[in-house]
Amino acid sequence: MKITMAHGSGGRSTSQLIDEIFRASSSNPVLDMMEDSAVVDGDTKIAVTTDNFVVTPLTFKGGDIGRLAVCGTVNDLLMRGAVPKYITTAYIIEEGADTGTLKFIAQSLAKTAKEAGVTVIAGDTKVIEGSGGVYINTTGVGFVKDGVDIKSANCREGDALIVSGTLGDHHAAILSGRMNIENNIKSDCAPLCEMVQNMMSEGVHIHAMRDITRGGLGTVLCEFAKNADCGFEIDEDKIPITPEVRGFCKILGLNVMHMGNEGKLLAVVAESDAQKALEVIRKSRYGENAAIVGRAVKGGDVTLITPLGGRRRVTELYGEGLPRIC
Amino acid sequence: MCVAAPGRVVEINDKIATVDYSGNLTKANAGVVNVAVGDYVLVHAGLIIQKISQSEAKEMEELFSMLEEMGNA
Amino acid sequence: MPDLNEIKEYLKNYNGEEKVIMEVCGTHTASISENGIPAMLSPKIKLISGPGCPVCVTVASYIDRLVELALTPNTTVVTFGDMMRVKGSEKSLRDAAAEGGSVKMVYSPFEILDMARENPDRQFVFAAVGFETTTPVYALIVERLLNGDTKINGDTKNVKLLTALKTMPQAIRAVASGDTKITGFLAPGHVSVITGHRLFEDMAKELNLPFVTAGFGGAELLAAIYALTKLKGGKALNMYPSVVTYDGNTEAQEKVSKYFEPCNAAWRGMGVIKNSGLVLKKEYARFDAGSAELCEDKMYNGACACGDVISGRKPPHDCPLFGTVCTPDTPQGACMVSMEGACFHYYTNNR
Repeated sequence: MKITMAHGSGGRSTSQLIDEIFRASSSNPVLDMMEDSAVVDGDTKIAVTTDNFVVTPLTFKGGDIGRLAVCGTVNDLLMRGAVPKYITTAYIIEEGADTGTLKFIAQSLAKTAKEAGVTVIAGDTKVIEGSGGVYINTTGVGFVKDGVDIKSANCREGDALIVSGTLGDHHAAILSGRMNIENNIKSDCAPLCEMVQNMMSEGVHIHAMRDITRGGLGTVLCEFAKNADCGFEIDEDKIPITPEVRGFCKILGLNVMHMGNEGKLLAVVAESDAQKALEVIRKSRYGENAAIVGRAVKGGDVTLITPLGGRRRVTELYGEGLPRIC
Repeated sequence: MCVAAPGRVVEINDKIATVDYSGNLTKANAGVVNVAVGDYVLVHAGLIIQKISQSEAKEMEELFSMLEEMGNA
Repeated sequence: MPDLNEIKEYLKNYNGEEKVIMEVCGTHTASISENGIPAMLSPKIKLISGPGCPVCVTVASYIDRLVELALTPNTTVVTFGDMMRVKGSEKSLRDAAAEGGSVKMVYSPFEILDMARENPDRQFVFAAVGFETTTPVYALIVERLLNGDTKINGDTKNVKLLTALKTMPQAIRAVASGDTKITGFLAPGHVSVITGHRLFEDMAKELNLPFVTAGFGGAELLAAIYALTKLKGGKALNMYPSVVTYDGNTEAQEKVSKYFEPCNAAWRGMGVIKNSGLVLKKEYARFDAGSAELCEDKMYNGACACGDVISGRKPPHDCPLFGTVCTPDTPQGACMVSMEGACFHYYTNNR
């Protein structure tokens, strides 16, 4: 069945759509009350984040917009040391969208929420004119224990930089489809709860964390350098990257420093904690390829040490990361 | 001006080759180079522009000795 | 043969006469930056970027025409990713797409043939920019169009090229003439694959300056720069022998001369250079989307020094707009737009 404007009327078609697809996938006592707002328990400081998801195609190798909508928001909560607890989901659906696809997305979202330990407590659906697109907004709420203070301004000269796995996979997976390049590269789209919670329970002193999404590691480090009283140095040959993604970058003239990921984090930890943090991440789900890639240094620049022994400045991503050909 | 990547021909079908770059497959036109499956080739913008000769190490050695001669000339 | 460490040591401590080496090719510019090479050289060795980024040397009137085509009903402009952001006198293709124009980005220009077959009632125009390396691609596309790829009355009728094709020799002559300080050229590696090393051997003799054809890896580039500090006068060396032969790819050369002929071409900021371009021959002009006459170069910002930058007369820092008005976020000229542009690389890599 295709979505029509009637599904957005607020009448019977709307409630059927919500009941059969969205509530059915994420059913729980809070959501099932179907009240105008969710009332939930809370007792500590809370972390809140919100994000819109507009990826095309809606499903891709390694994930789909539903899984992405949970991972993106949950990972943002985790990066401040919060334990993710609740999530809200708001869909904007263009007429012409296929209800089978919607069901798939809603179920994938629910499954990922379960994996990440978050409950879907509120939602909304709107239908607009268009040609079958689906956009999702999720807002996440997490709890932060007393004494936890993870933020980019905490980075100190001498700190170690750890990347939780191979870079560029999500970007390459999405772009492969658009550029007619066949490969087995999968999006890394994943909730990073286990590795963050393991680091915290093992007592690793995490100074700052960021999930390395759009704009890539280069952009994240430039943002950190602005907020912190230090610069950063990366050893290019330490950056984890699969041979497939490296080959992909070569074809299109892309640089992995600026490629997006959806299940990778950068952790800045005290140098004395670096080995321990690395081991904890490597033992956690989605962290087996983690590596120490560099260090915080004096000054405010972000510098890449190339395998050749050269140095170059790293900037934020400019433009759109389009393939370079000529 | 011209990004070009080295890959290996894995299939060839009527002047259209499938080229493998570390697990990434693309179609490339083989209209100006005669290639066979297994050849290493250089591809620019969907066109195979040259076969890659595999004897570069030796050639570089010769180059440098040539360079020393030319530099001293 | 010196090993890589000896070459590095030598280049770091070089204290001979000053060398000003132009890397002609934009992909060399990008690779030099990515490998962090400028920081590895003695202050006595200067690298300057030449006119070898096809996006950077494309004039405003050409972009304007692409924008116009993209906004024409039932017409799609097909292009490489780089071209999307370059502004013409007012708009870029990205702007045209935002206004509802039809623009499609591809990796391989051959994809235009599939698009045309699947949408026989729609017109497709390829933004055919490039140097000697890319022109054979367009020659093969014309060959396919002649064979009636969509099998409708012979010719494929719904594919055209808007060409801004350039050839290197005249542009190199232009930058090597006059008040230049250039002491040697890093010859463009992938152009040489097509033209053969012979072209640059001849140019070296003619200009009495050394040319080294180089590959694109960091070590290969260092070796080529090393060679350029040693070579004198009109000597030439092919240091990319794995793919560059003396005669080049003669089959590609033949295809190009079958369908294209030399023409005068306008280079952004450098004006019209005689015989520095290629256009479709008269008998194939029906595949041209109106490329002739696209010579006017009305600059988006009159103070832009792109022309001096690509001809090596000014480093990017000497342009009054560099880093202030003109940044990668607000590019005023093509050298800042293109990911192979000299200004873009000087800005983003602090060269």
